[in-house]
Amino acid sequence: MSRLDWLSGYLTRLAEKGAAPRLEPVQTLGPRVRRVTLLPADWGTAAEVAAALGWRWAGVWGDPLADACVVRACLQAREGFVVLETETALEDASLASHTRYYHGANRLERHLRDLIGVRFRGHPQDHRWTRHQAWGEDEHPLRTDFPVAGRAPKRAPADTGYPFVRIQGGAVYEIPVGPIHAGIIEPGHFRFQAVGEEILRLEERLGYLHKGIEKIAVGREPADLARLAGRVSGDTTVGHAWAACQAMERAAHGTVPPRALHLRALLAERERIANHLGDIGAICNDVGFSFPHMQCSHLREQWQRRNREVFGHRLLMDTVTPGGVARDLPADAMTTLRGDHRALREALAPVFDVVEDHPSLDDRLLSAGILNPTDARMLGCTGFVGKASGQDLDLRRDHPYPPYDRLDVEVPALDQGDIAARVQIRMREVYISLDLMDRLLDTLPAGEVSAALPEPPAGADGLGLVEGWRGDILCYVRFGADGRIARYFPRDPSWFQWPALERLIHGNIVPDFPVCNKSVNGSYSGHDL
Amino acid sequence: MLRILRQIARTGTLTEAPPATDDAALEAAGIELRRALEARFRGSLAIRQVDAGSCNGCELEIHALANPYYDLERFGVHFVASPRHADVLLVTGPVSRHMETALRRAWRATPAPKRVIAAGDCACTGGIFGESYASCGAVENVIPVDLRIPGCPPAPLELLRGLLALAGREA
Repeated sequence: MSRLDWLSGYLTRLAEKGAAPRLEPVQTLGPRVRRVTLLPADWGTAAEVAAALGWRWAGVWGDPLADACVVRACLQAREGFVVLETETALEDASLASHTRYYHGANRLERHLRDLIGVRFRGHPQDHRWTRHQAWGEDEHPLRTDFPVAGRAPKRAPADTGYPFVRIQGGAVYEIPVGPIHAGIIEPGHFRFQAVGEEILRLEERLGYLHKGIEKIAVGREPADLARLAGRVSGDTTVGHAWAACQAMERAAHGTVPPRALHLRALLAERERIANHLGDIGAICNDVGFSFPHMQCSHLREQWQRRNREVFGHRLLMDTVTPGGVARDLPADAMTTLRGDHRALREALAPVFDVVEDHPSLDDRLLSAGILNPTDARMLGCTGFVGKASGQDLDLRRDHPYPPYDRLDVEVPALDQGDIAARVQIRMREVYISLDLMDRLLDTLPAGEVSAALPEPPAGADGLGLVEGWRGDILCYVRFGADGRIARYFPRDPSWFQWPALERLIHGNIVPDFPVCNKSVNGSYSGHDL
Repeated sequence: MLRILRQIARTGTLTEAPPATDDAALEAAGIELRRALEARFRGSLAIRQVDAGSCNGCELEIHALANPYYDLERFGVHFVASPRHADVLLVTGPVSRHMETALRRAWRATPAPKRVIAAGDCACTGGIFGESYASCGAVENVIPVDLRIPGCPPAPLELLRGLLALAGREA
């Protein structure tokens, strides 16, 4: 079967439904990414057919021009990616909503509506999402005529009047939590409806951290965009910076030296391990078992200190740059890092033994916070949340970008979907990353660690697809004139994991919410943009 | 089980000695604040951390203050859940406009005398996000700030130095 067959099947089915898709002949967005242009009227059909084929929905974003808006959605098939593209007018623009076929589309469509003003017909929750009170309903910050400084420099009042769903009934009570939570956590609002201790319904209200990342990205130089991308979600600084650089490099047809690609992967795996260590400990701590937390947090601290020593930053910020990485490994780093990998394996074995076997952890984590595989699939969950709920997806294995195309990436998968399964996946991923890092060091090519990014023509665009520690990161970049950024859209996996939390919390008790939340650990900042 | 006990014994105590303050300006501020805080806070400092728009990098490093290497609580500094229990607000991030009112309310809910620390480059100056339709920029644009701890993010040791300077408790 030729590699194009998967796509021709999709196009044929679209045509049978009366749509007129146009396939772009060359792959300009990236390898295995095909662009299909549609009429606005065919927008809904394109998702319906993709859903029937079992494809995954990976995001939607708008690209506002002076008097029109290009809307793009990304679909993921086993064989590759399709970027649907359609152009609508800006005023009174509307497209058919994809949410009925893909529940994960819900908030991204509303985000697009709030920021650009394209409406989605047939959306089940057609109210604001990212917009609170900082700008008006008829204003759309991402449009080109909206000033970056905004139009209302007055104080922004607290958000009121958001249409939360209420449950009626004598015994039902409501618990509002946030935006400021009782801990060192990012802000967001949770509205629980409960009977006794049992949660009947949880509704999230996010957007508190919206700081205009997509708007302030416009006009930046590539190196400046990489720095901004590294702050979309501080815990995923490598993942987002890599995705943005990959998108820019694809748009500009830049090449990255093989040594730099290996070092990027090394950085990404280090980031994965640091976050897994921190969260595995914190999950145990959230059920009152602080011992693994102390063990994991000291190992994480050692890991971060090594980050500082070898790569220049405790969280690895600004290490990935357009065209390569910021610095080469110091001369003695190979031995140091290999020693660290060995030492971490040894130190973790007895700690993970306790996490796996301790009855008091089993009691709290087994069968708690179950995300069933159907919901995980409908929402498009990836990463450890998806992998624990039957979604056997990982870009490093399924659509490998260099250097993973030369590595055999093992992907753990379970289908119990409870907190214990998510912890299991993460413990396994720590060991897998350690092995990957050893192989990356064994095969580290010699040579440069950075190459200049060629200046792309105006209008050149690219799609970055990187497996971050939370799951797949999608990133779209379009260049304008003078090699500056005209559009930047990063889609963190948290967009699909936050709604998963609303589902997996059903029937759990209120006191278990912190541990359920921690076991998913969506990024507020990465989602609010 | 025996394996982990052996490992714990082998690892020993990790907690490090409190940092010496070498920065003269910080020391001067510390001495000045010590007089005020010793009188008003009785040697125990309660902090309410508020993320007003951060990328969560600062939060990771504030969390690290609790790990066995830094063990912040031994200095009498502890994080509290309510601003009503707090002496200090430790604020991170540029203040997003969606958090502007929440931050102001948290500040008003904190009983006087109170201090505000702006932690991280974004809190100090607006950082990479600056001021825009969605961001008020620096914390001082919204509430008064007493101490700034720069860094992106500030390392735990830098946070510790800032806190110790504020509490006037450096060893």
